[in-house]
Amino acid sequence: MITPTPKVYTVNELNNYVKGILDSDENLKYVYVTGEISNFKAHYSGHMYMTVKDEAASVKAVMFAGNASKLRFVPENGMKILALGTISLFPRDGSYQLYITAMQPDGAGALSIAFEQLKKKLEAEGLFSAEHKKPLPLFPRRVGVITSSTGAAVQDIFNVLGRRFPVAQVVVRSAKVQGEGAAQDIAAAIREFNEQNGADVLIVGRGGGSVEDLWAFNEEVVARAVYASSIPIISAVGHETDYTICDFVADLRAPTPSAAAEIAVPDIFELKSDLDAYKAHIYNVTKNIISAEKARLDAIQKSGALKDPVLKLQDNRRSLAYLEEKLTDITRNTLEISKNRLSSLAGKLDALSPLGVIARGYGIVNDDNGVVSSVKSIKKGDSVTIKLSDGSFGASVTEIYGE
Amino acid sequence: MEHNYEKSLARLEEIVKLLEEGGQPLEKTLELFSEGTALISSCSKYLDSAEQKITTLMNNGGTDE
Repeated sequence: MITPTPKVYTVNELNNYVKGILDSDENLKYVYVTGEISNFKAHYSGHMYMTVKDEAASVKAVMFAGNASKLRFVPENGMKILALGTISLFPRDGSYQLYITAMQPDGAGALSIAFEQLKKKLEAEGLFSAEHKKPLPLFPRRVGVITSSTGAAVQDIFNVLGRRFPVAQVVVRSAKVQGEGAAQDIAAAIREFNEQNGADVLIVGRGGGSVEDLWAFNEEVVARAVYASSIPIISAVGHETDYTICDFVADLRAPTPSAAAEIAVPDIFELKSDLDAYKAHIYNVTKNIISAEKARLDAIQKSGALKDPVLKLQDNRRSLAYLEEKLTDITRNTLEISKNRLSSLAGKLDALSPLGVIARGYGIVNDDNGVVSSVKSIKKGDSVTIKLSDGSFGASVTEIYGE
Repeated sequence: MEHNYEKSLARLEEIVKLLEEGGQPLEKTLELFSEGTALISSCSKYLDSAEQKITTLMNNGGTDE
């Protein structure tokens, strides 16, 4: 038996030797390890250091910045995880470690953990606070839409806006809504609208999809952009049951893109009927005011103030007319009476006229002294004139007879 | 000039309020009335003249849903 000469290693050599063995073991190249995180430290460089343990044992673990930056959640002490990594040895400490390349929460999905964590963080910062929420404009002139230009959502939004409020101009900023860079694009679109003051209200969203599809709307960069927007934002992501961080930060959450469009603008038919109501109301109120004024005027007219002179005038007019009439009547009557009297007098006069007597065959005898009314005033041989109705003749008295 | 619907409506409400409160001289009432009806007709005109304009701004190579 040859006893081999013992090889003397330096510590560094030893550690590197063991490291070599570990690194060459194919089984240790891709190892899935489940356990609970403890002693978690996130270094400012982006590297993460922790211990992964179970009830009986523990192993040191490190996740370098390159890999750690891809995590959608922040590891915490006590969190159960499933990690994929490589086993190697850190020569300086002589301890072997799990070099984690990917990690996800064990049990609850990574996304839901990430969601809860970001939600908690932003809520603590006040990004969801009600005081920060801006009121939506009642009658927006320009509605900005940030979504995929070819998705179903944009068409739904167009339809609703066109039906409800065609008055508004619609400005669509097509954005990448899922996959790599989607969150950044959405955030950029929000900033662009703000820089250009391009809309009175913004609809940010997309149609339904898986949690992964909607993920961009759960990213911090979107949340920050929404919060920073001075244009009010309606978040409309997926279906009614989908909640995203964007929903919480937005000024209003709409259950769907169509609903967002409904919320963004008023209904033109309602506005028209409101105008009709206003019109009727203004007419009525004004009519009532005028009626009231009229009534007031009437009341003044009926009251003493204006009554006396007016009535007096009317009375005067009336009595004047009465007097006129009376005057006419009287005049007429007087005239009538005079006429009648005249005619009766004329009759009487007629009866008394000697001419009338003559007409009946009598004659009037005149001598030089006038009318002979007695035989005693004449004597035999006198010449007399006898007047008849149609003339007269001379005669001589031949005999006188007494009665 | 662009029609400011919100402003017009606010003024309309003010006019209605003034008329409802009453106490205005008749001349002022008639003035408010004609201002109100003018606002209503300009608002109606605005609503009727509308035709939706859609402007699309493209991003740099967006992918679709």
